Amino acid sequence: MRQKKILRAFGLLAVLLAALLVWNVNAGSVNLSLGETLRILMRQSTDPVASRIVWNIRLPRILAAAMLGGALSVSGFLLQTFFANPIAGPFVLGISSGAKLTVALCMILLLQRGMVMNSAAMVAAAFAGSLAAMGFILLISRRVHSMSLLVVGGIMVGYICSAITDFAVTFAEDSNIVNLHNWSMGSFSGMSWANVRDIALILAVTLTLTFLLSKPIGAYQMGEAYARNMGVNVGRFRVQLILLSSVLSACVTAFAGPISFVGIAVPHLMKRLLGTAKPLVLIPACFLGGAAFCLFCDLLARTLFAPTELSISSVTAVFGAPVVIFMMLNRHDRERGGMG
Amino acid sequence: MKPFLHTEGLAVGYNGRPLLEEVCLAVRRGEILTLIGPNGAGKSTILKTIARQLTPIRGTVYLDGDSVWGMPEGELAKRLALVTTGRVDPELMTCLDVVETGRYPYTGRLGILSREDRRIAAEALAQVGGEALAERPFACISDGQRQRILLARALCQQPDVIVLDEPTSYLDIRHKLELLNLLKRLVHQKQLAVVMSLHELDLAQRVSDTVVCVNGSCIERCGTPEEIFTADYIRRLYGLTGGSYEPVFGSVELEAVPGPPRVFVIGGGGSGVPVYRRLQRQGIAFAAGILAPNDLDYPTAKALAACLVEEAPYAPIRPEALEAAKQTLSACESAVCTLPEFGPLNEANRALWAFAGQLGKQSALD
Repeated sequence: MRQKKILRAFGLLAVLLAALLVWNVNAGSVNLSLGETLRILMRQSTDPVASRIVWNIRLPRILAAAMLGGALSVSGFLLQTFFANPIAGPFVLGISSGAKLTVALCMILLLQRGMVMNSAAMVAAAFAGSLAAMGFILLISRRVHSMSLLVVGGIMVGYICSAITDFAVTFAEDSNIVNLHNWSMGSFSGMSWANVRDIALILAVTLTLTFLLSKPIGAYQMGEAYARNMGVNVGRFRVQLILLSSVLSACVTAFAGPISFVGIAVPHLMKRLLGTAKPLVLIPACFLGGAAFCLFCDLLARTLFAPTELSISSVTAVFGAPVVIFMMLNRHDRERGGMG
Repeated sequence: MKPFLHTEGLAVGYNGRPLLEEVCLAVRRGEILTLIGPNGAGKSTILKTIARQLTPIRGTVYLDGDSVWGMPEGELAKRLALVTTGRVDPELMTCLDVVETGRYPYTGRLGILSREDRRIAAEALAQVGGEALAERPFACISDGQRQRILLARALCQQPDVIVLDEPTSYLDIRHKLELLNLLKRLVHQKQLAVVMSLHELDLAQRVSDTVVCVNGSCIERCGTPEEIFTADYIRRLYGLTGGSYEPVFGSVELEAVPGPPRVFVIGGGGSGVPVYRRLQRQGIAFAAGILAPNDLDYPTAKALAACLVEEAPYAPIRPEALEAAKQTLSACESAVCTLPEFGPLNEANRALWAFAGQLGKQSALD
């Protein structure tokens, strides 16, 4: 029965993702018909302008949004497992903001010397920032054992990092900073095929490694003592989890800036949809779900007030935050019910 | 028979600081070793060290001759299973899911269960009588059921040793008995070696083959329940100042009400115990008699009465004893008799009750 539910859920996700892909391709400042879109994708179009829009602008952006959204939600799932906290995620714990800070600082420093960062350097900088913020959160988590205090700590870390980033961006006078400003708000715009290739490469490696960790992640969901008793090398496993989730959120931040709530809302929605939290199915589901969620949000960000673009983070917050609130209320009810 | 699990020169503690030194434990297959001792004495620390959750300060734990710290994690997982005291709240897991996690050390890279794994999990669930719970969410079952499921999870690991940290903590008396009965049966059936900690002295006394007393900085005593459970020792171990411990039944009584006795209770054969306890609760000092040490009422009367008139066991009550009882009774405000009838060897108590009648001090049981 459960297997059927899981298969149905994956079917639903695949259909949703395909529909959103097509919709994203033909929606935009130049609206295309479904037939025209398909012809362009098959490289059989006779309209060179539309063809160029789709191939050079929309497709890379769509693919990047899908992959990064998936990565973000997997990263959230890893952090939730790590902290045994359902509202942990790269954004609320300040990890995205940490990555944003280091990337912004590196960019400004290099721009002053007339250099432009390549994606490898961006990801490396973001990774360093993620790890620094993560280290800070780990220090807090050693001291406090309350879920809510940990999240409050993370939000504070996030604010501090964002504030410093804003300072830096405001006072760095350079025309290129305009780009930086867009990026620091979170956006999928301006993705190139080279970006898509880099993202795909990084994610292929990290997501494969993450998937291979499904077994210890499942054991860890039973708590540290049981995981250790089952034969998990907990120390090593924790380091692996931290590194993987940091790489995933660093990759997202490096290419698209900080994006809120995807990391919390999507894993939660996927657990409800699948009716299980088993990592073996949940990791792929989180990836697909995160991809669909970000495609949908990016579609709105692009088209709702076109030609003005909304920041992707605002749109994901509008849809993600209610899910989080709903989830917390639900949990609160259940805990109270359990006590009474 | 050689011990299956034993420690050598073990010192346990946190952050390099030893909490307990010279922890010397040995348990054979088919036996239960129980740690008792006051809260914070270090029972959990010892259990965590044995289960390799905590690094020992010195020394090591041997499992069938192999050092627990020398074997790979996966190897130990196949030989030693754990039931912790902390609550686990795994998301969206059914009871069967929880039990199946015990197969972890036996599955491949991705942890996919084989048909054989599923059979073993189902069997473990059946052994604890949890078949009906299989599809129920683990978060929605009672504490007693949860402990049984966690025990099934441990069995599913097919271990030689099971370590349980206060498995009866959250359970009511019925579930405590059920769980320990189950454990005892499994230990015999599967020839498991069990190391656990218990809060309940009476249960520890009945279920354990070896009892180890942990007290603050050292293992104070180690032996069979008969050696450990003496009234004096338990008083000392727990630092009991008010109240007493009765070793035969393993029961505890509160402190006797101080002051001169106000009520004389004529009891015997167990009929007095509820009256003694009620008087104690109401804060009324009382005298009891005439009882022999082999009487069912005796231990409670000894613990709770301000004054107890005794006679030697299996002997007729001597006139001196009756005289002493009469004197005590005269000093009391009233007397009650809990005996429905007096047997031929109990004429003295009949006389005592009649004496109370002469003094107009007979009062009814209510």
